[in-house]
Amino acid sequence: MSHTPHRLEVESISIGYGDKIILRDLSFQIPHGSRVAVVGPNGAGKSTLFKALVGLLPLQSGRILIHGEPLGSHQDCVAYIPQREEVDWRFPVTVHDVVMMGRFNQMGWFSRPSARDKVLVRDSLQQMGIANLAEQPIGQLSGGQQQRAFLARALAQEPHILLMDEPFTAVDVTTQDATFHLLDHLQEQQVTALVSTHDLNLAASRFNYVLLLNHRLIAFGTPSEVFVKENLAQAFGNSLLVMENGMMLVDECCPPEVEHHHHGKAQ
Amino acid sequence: MTWLLEPLAYQFMQRGLLASVIVGVLCAVMGTYVVLRGMAFLGDAMAHAILPGVAIAYLFRGDLLVGAGIAAVIVALSIGLFSREGMVKEDTAIGIMFAAALSLGVALISSMQTYAVDLSHILFGDVLGVSKTDLWLIAGLSFAILLTVALLFKPFLVISFDPVLAATLRLPAELLRNLMLVLLALTVVVSLQTVGVSLAAAMLVTPAATAYLLTRRLLPMMLVSALIGAASSVIGLYISYYFNIVSGSAIVLTATLFFLIAFGWKRLHSHSTNG
Repeated sequence: MSHTPHRLEVESISIGYGDKIILRDLSFQIPHGSRVAVVGPNGAGKSTLFKALVGLLPLQSGRILIHGEPLGSHQDCVAYIPQREEVDWRFPVTVHDVVMMGRFNQMGWFSRPSARDKVLVRDSLQQMGIANLAEQPIGQLSGGQQQRAFLARALAQEPHILLMDEPFTAVDVTTQDATFHLLDHLQEQQVTALVSTHDLNLAASRFNYVLLLNHRLIAFGTPSEVFVKENLAQAFGNSLLVMENGMMLVDECCPPEVEHHHHGKAQ
Repeated sequence: MTWLLEPLAYQFMQRGLLASVIVGVLCAVMGTYVVLRGMAFLGDAMAHAILPGVAIAYLFRGDLLVGAGIAAVIVALSIGLFSREGMVKEDTAIGIMFAAALSLGVALISSMQTYAVDLSHILFGDVLGVSKTDLWLIAGLSFAILLTVALLFKPFLVISFDPVLAATLRLPAELLRNLMLVLLALTVVVSLQTVGVSLAAAMLVTPAATAYLLTRRLLPMMLVSALIGAASSVIGLYISYYFNIVSGSAIVLTATLFFLIAFGWKRLHSHSTNG
């Protein structure tokens, strides 16, 4: 045991809905300020893991510790960038309103934003390159701009742990750059980031660790430790093609929505 | 000017006007959540579901508003209970409770001898029959509901816009959701007297839907909605006075006219800006 507890410890958790278990007996420890890619086939339980980490889904067993304390003891240290479908884009809020929501806990639920709150919101908007869109309704932005608005909110939240669900799916290059820019910035501040992605190249090249999931933990470690044939075969099964020269291909061609639906039916 | 002042010579008109404006504002503000959270069906169901409470209160010669209030809160919470953890989908739970409560209400009322007059008052409102006590009750309840909405503006905003953020911020989302249902139920009860059970849903939805077309942030939407609700109530009541129309209908039709104007304006506006 080191003196400083790990930022995020997951001890043999199982998560599911009713009798259906989606993630079984998951254990891992993520050290300070590391950047982790969460990888696995569609329907492997990546979103489920994130939902459990923010306390949206109850654990059937095991426990989650943040800074050595159980989930929920810290008021506002986890920020979560949801998938697009989870947000009501027709809601009457401006980009500025959305980012300010990240400050609600710190400012108190019954008080007005302080000068510091306003500065943080303005800086976050600027850093994500959407300061000029601050007064636009969130629904009128492009998909990439909307994602940057949520990134700005996460930044304004000053989290210790950041969870991002598929931030690289169907976004423009600017948004992808902005996302990595944010991740770099947060890593300097020792923020731990968990990012789920289908892009195995990004996972291998831009992250410290990879968490490979398929309803259970297949491997956790550095990209070179995790991305070996045995692990990938366990995670992706038949969609993995191993070439003679050692190159491996994973077939995840289909759009996530369609694929997700398909998997949902099959399980 | 005399045509404006003439109705106000009667005390019952003064009270009726005051009650209508209060209810118009209250419904319009709560209605923003109804519209944004897609609870229109719930509002309608709730309005009908309070019938048994009214009937029982009438049977025992109790206060109709109190009876309605108790019924509404029971219905609101049981909808929350049935749909918890996805056992039954929320709109299904609403459909079941709605039908059951309405049937029970009609059964109770039909067993009474002299229901005809009172039933029409319950269904369509009786704004000119607002007593001094009623007015105080309406004003008091409305103030309490609006104060709660003002105090919980931020939590309600977050649970409505982004439930996942609500969870990460550790908001008691379940509790807030139930509280919102109770506030909605009380709003319906308060509007019973002026627009009646069958038109309460319209007062919840129409002004808020109009405001949604005209604004782009939640607080302005609430304020514009309140303004439209109040204006519809005043204009509707005058129309009802001079043309001898049921007040609830006149108020709702005025609100609908505002909606049509806003809708037309918005169509023209978006066409001209999009080329």
